[in-house]
Amino acid sequence: MTTVTEAPERVGPPSKAARPHPIRNLLIKRSLIGILTLVLVSILVFAATQTLPGNAASAVLLNTATPQRLHALEVQLGLTRPAVDQYWTWLTGVLHGNFGTSLANGQPVGTLIGGRILNSLVLVIVAGAIGTLIGVGLGVLAAARRDSVLDHVLSVTALAVTALPEFVVAVVLVIFFAAVVIHWFPAVSVFVPGTAPWSNPKELVLPVATLVIVVVPYVFRMMRASMIDALESDYVQMARLKGVPKWRVLLFHALPNAIAPTIQVIGLTFLYLAGGVVVVEYLFNYPGLGQALVSAVSDRDIPQIQAIVLVLAAFYIAVNILTDVISLAVSPRRRLPRS
Amino acid sequence: MAAPSEDIPVTVPAEDIPVAKPPADPGTPRLAVENLRIVMPASRRRPETDVVDQVSFTVRPGHVLGLVGESGSGKTTVALALLGLVKRGLAISGGKVLIDGQDILALSEHELQKLRGRTVAYVPQDPGSALNPVLKVGTQLREVFAIHGGDPERLTEVMAEAGLEDPGPILASYPHQLSGGQQQRVALAMAFACRPRLIVLDEPTTGLDVTTQRRVLDTVRGLCHTYQVAAVYISHDLAVVAEIADHVAVMYSGRLIELGAASELFSTPAHPYTRGLMRAVPSMESSHELQGMAGSPPRPGNRPAGCAFRPRCEFAIAECELREPQPVVVSDTGHAARCVRAVEVTALSGSVRSVRERIAPPAEGPVLTISGVSVSYTNKPVLRNVNLDVGSRKSVAIVGTSGSGKTTLARCVVGLHKDWTGTITFGGNQLPPGVRGRTREQLRKIQFVAQNPYGSLNPRQTIGQIIGYPLAHFTKLPAREHDKRIADALTSVALRASFAARYPDELSGGERQRVALARALVVDPELLVCDEITSALDVSVQAAIVELLLRLQAERGLALMFITHNLPLVRSIADDVTVISAGQICERGPVTQVLTAPSEAYTRQLIADVPGFERAG
Amino acid sequence: MARKPEAIAVLGRAVRTPRGAVGLAIGGCVVLVAVLGPAVAPYSTTEFVTKPFSRASSIAWLGGDVLGRDVLSRTLNGGWELLAMAAVATALGVIVGALLGVMAAYHGGSWDSIIMRAVDVILAFPQLVFALLLVSILGPKIWLIVLAVAISHAPQVARVSRAAALDISERDFVKAMQILGIPGRRIIRRDVLPNLTSVLMVEIGLRLTYSMLVIAGLSFLGFGLQPPAASWGLMINENRVGLIANPWGVLMPAILIALFTIGVNTFTDAVARASLGVGGRAIEPEAEMALVAREVA
Repeated sequence: MTTVTEAPERVGPPSKAARPHPIRNLLIKRSLIGILTLVLVSILVFAATQTLPGNAASAVLLNTATPQRLHALEVQLGLTRPAVDQYWTWLTGVLHGNFGTSLANGQPVGTLIGGRILNSLVLVIVAGAIGTLIGVGLGVLAAARRDSVLDHVLSVTALAVTALPEFVVAVVLVIFFAAVVIHWFPAVSVFVPGTAPWSNPKELVLPVATLVIVVVPYVFRMMRASMIDALESDYVQMARLKGVPKWRVLLFHALPNAIAPTIQVIGLTFLYLAGGVVVVEYLFNYPGLGQALVSAVSDRDIPQIQAIVLVLAAFYIAVNILTDVISLAVSPRRRLPRS
Repeated sequence: MAAPSEDIPVTVPAEDIPVAKPPADPGTPRLAVENLRIVMPASRRRPETDVVDQVSFTVRPGHVLGLVGESGSGKTTVALALLGLVKRGLAISGGKVLIDGQDILALSEHELQKLRGRTVAYVPQDPGSALNPVLKVGTQLREVFAIHGGDPERLTEVMAEAGLEDPGPILASYPHQLSGGQQQRVALAMAFACRPRLIVLDEPTTGLDVTTQRRVLDTVRGLCHTYQVAAVYISHDLAVVAEIADHVAVMYSGRLIELGAASELFSTPAHPYTRGLMRAVPSMESSHELQGMAGSPPRPGNRPAGCAFRPRCEFAIAECELREPQPVVVSDTGHAARCVRAVEVTALSGSVRSVRERIAPPAEGPVLTISGVSVSYTNKPVLRNVNLDVGSRKSVAIVGTSGSGKTTLARCVVGLHKDWTGTITFGGNQLPPGVRGRTREQLRKIQFVAQNPYGSLNPRQTIGQIIGYPLAHFTKLPAREHDKRIADALTSVALRASFAARYPDELSGGERQRVALARALVVDPELLVCDEITSALDVSVQAAIVELLLRLQAERGLALMFITHNLPLVRSIADDVTVISAGQICERGPVTQVLTAPSEAYTRQLIADVPGFERAG
Repeated sequence: MARKPEAIAVLGRAVRTPRGAVGLAIGGCVVLVAVLGPAVAPYSTTEFVTKPFSRASSIAWLGGDVLGRDVLSRTLNGGWELLAMAAVATALGVIVGALLGVMAAYHGGSWDSIIMRAVDVILAFPQLVFALLLVSILGPKIWLIVLAVAISHAPQVARVSRAAALDISERDFVKAMQILGIPGRRIIRRDVLPNLTSVLMVEIGLRLTYSMLVIAGLSFLGFGLQPPAASWGLMINENRVGLIANPWGVLMPAILIALFTIGVNTFTDAVARASLGVGGRAIEPEAEMALVAREVA
């Protein structure tokens, strides 16, 4: 029978040489998966559009299409080649920045949507940032004064506003601030794609406000709930028993812990905004990607639809990766394993 | 978004912390609690309900008071009140907590906050969750100095006192990177950093293995003595309290029912409840009958008239129902108990426990043979070449610390874990690794009871359905016979047959564990594997379950494989014991031999570290 | 003596709370309006009864819409199709999603990876865009919209069901069944699925709100029911032009959609709290966090 002696207790973090790089590893892994997903999405989109009864040729010829002319044009446009070939041509084109030609107006899709990407991005980022700040601030406040009148008012309001569709919120805002009650802001934007969106800030106010109102309740509720959870934890109790003043407990003990689950929600709200932007841009006639998508769908402009969907998917995946990475960065427990 | 702060800036100018000055009048106790009363304030649904009432005790500098009780007794509530804190939903409605003569309950929240951590310190039960997971350990330690003043240079000194020799790596770590023992030492360092006058320790060694527990207890005793700190040590583990405390206070249902010097209280208890506790606690010295107490403590708001313990008390007389008993002094050392018959109870001290050696059953061949079993997760070995026998009708205890692999071994035997190599033979036949390959008979004859009484029963089925499930699976009985078997199973575990219609959430932890036993035994197995089945239960409940198990084993001729980390329990329950460490068998043999004359150093150390009553006082 | 099925018990508890009662009342009113509306509408949806965008009057209580039709009648008629589509899409999405999720949880291994990969792909862009994509190909057909919305729900429900099923499978009482050698399928049916009830009930509520949003949104963009049909989303869009002249054409359908989503959401919140059972109060923050996380996705 061998004698077993207890190993001496290992202390603290592993030595520098042995330390893994969890954030870098995660970034690499997720990027690879993201690219794979993007490719799958592109296949899905391409395959879906292949089932269209009409095609590019019939859209060009419209009423003058006879079977022979149709076939000739199809050959010319390369539409008779096998689907895989067509997909490959399209994909390699995309990687070179060539998204094809719009069926609606013959222009290269790249130029059509290039400026709009920036416009939509501005909308999403500004609304997301403002919404996050307001949501986090109110959430911390409500949690710190739990069960007070303020807390109840905020919570009930958040619950009510949570599920409102963007167009309802937008319409109500327009009625109040633009059209019927007061006339501070324009109901519809008039600026041309290609000009910087911040050149005329008044036009941004209502669209951004709509998106902010839609997004704040989620961030607020999550921040409040995770803050309350942190405030009820053993380590917060321990901090109080050490004599740490209340404000310090809130900011330095509870908040750093409460922020981690909220980051997930913040990431999700940015994703949500990518979809919400479609309706808002259409409603305010804002020259962004969402508005372009709606017209492209009406016109059945396949190349444009493909390009926009791909851009949206890429945005989605990028936000997901960013969320996961930031989430990991604020959780030492997941980042650094036990030695 | 706020980034987790790495270092909390010092806000109070450094100043020397004075060493505890001797009180002006040497007779003034460091801590004096007078008639403490904590309640759940009145609400729409119920009037004011007291959780703790009429609690009074004193502690001198350098002395340790052990505060003992089972779950629901109110001891943790009292512990927090010593720092002026109550949990949400509770309020302190009366009494005083005097530290060096000053009533801290009369202080404002701001003044209390300055007191906490400096004059009164707290050592938590679970250091793993009491340390902030997103702040480095160094940050959390330095914070104490930052808030209360004091020289941050003393940090290393403070850590060394707590037994942390190499402070650098520890300060740079996050809490989850440290072991349980290290975490608790960090907590101790935080508590003693400002040389408090009173320290409250709330079950600080629960969850630590016996050796680490021993070391932590030694450290606490040393620090208290050196700095003349008064300490209140809360625990449900009577042996640990016996080792470290000078005086002991026993709590039951929110009342302090007995108070006295440790050695005196444990050898001659004055209250029937304390007596009951002593009879339920296993000891290393001899195998004695563990006796539980029928019933369970009343919840706040459900207290019976008069003495709260009366419904369960074998000494109860008519007077006990009339009013709550006042403390009765039984000796000139101040030993007192709230019982009208306290003096008589004390006099009966001799017969507290009855020694009962286990009768070795007739030797038959082994029913279960484990040879050369090894398990590894990826490249980490969990079990290495384990050899073990369980004789038919015998109890084999498997003892080890957490992480030793004992639970994995149990799961291999039962079939929950199938990636093992080696052979397990049962009843003469080899067992296939997982559940899939085993015959019905093999499945029926090996049964399993898990540790957690709250997760092992399906919350959406009645007790009758839960017990009937395996019965219906293995036998095809007509309905009446089926129901009768269920009723018999319930009565055999000392539950009324009417329990069959209840749901798990209506039962207590002990009752659920009995149901789990009934479920395992209803199909008449030959081998019962129990994995730490009493670790989550109070000591008196544990005693009842263990005695029940032994009785059933004798009646049915069961072989028992009992996994535990509790060495004294092994003395009372097992014939043979196997000690496992880091996946390897360290020592095995008959209990009497291994526990009294161990041959391996590891076993010797393990036994030496077990707290016992002989060291009391 | 059998206990009430858990679903009924939880619903009962939810209705008795203030949130639950209010939510149910509000949502219920909207459903009533939508269902009974066509029967009590004074005019048909296509009759021209007044001048375009005329103000509220005794002829048309809410005034006229873009073409001079009665706003009130069109509003009363414009809800039931929306609600029906939302209900069907939700039911379909939840059933398919739950099955997929439980299967992925129980079988684990390669099945799990495949299903979760597919889930990720569908979740790679917004629900609305997904629906728009399908609509662009096949045109704004009702069955297509319902199918598109259902497909876009399934992944989220699958994720939630998988997590819940995994959690339950880890519990000791399921292991106790496994030890007896009981086959996996039976364990799922008898022990895992019933414990998923409350999780799924909450999912149904959340998904219903979402279905409503997407379908009304599609209709607003012009890709739902086509004119001259009366549909709340469509009405909001076509009457926007005359907002200043007669806001009711936009306000009324907007208010009804809003009330429906508020009602359903509030009720779902009450159900989520009620399903916590006896110890509800103590784990409230955790449950709330879990709920919000599921809502946003």
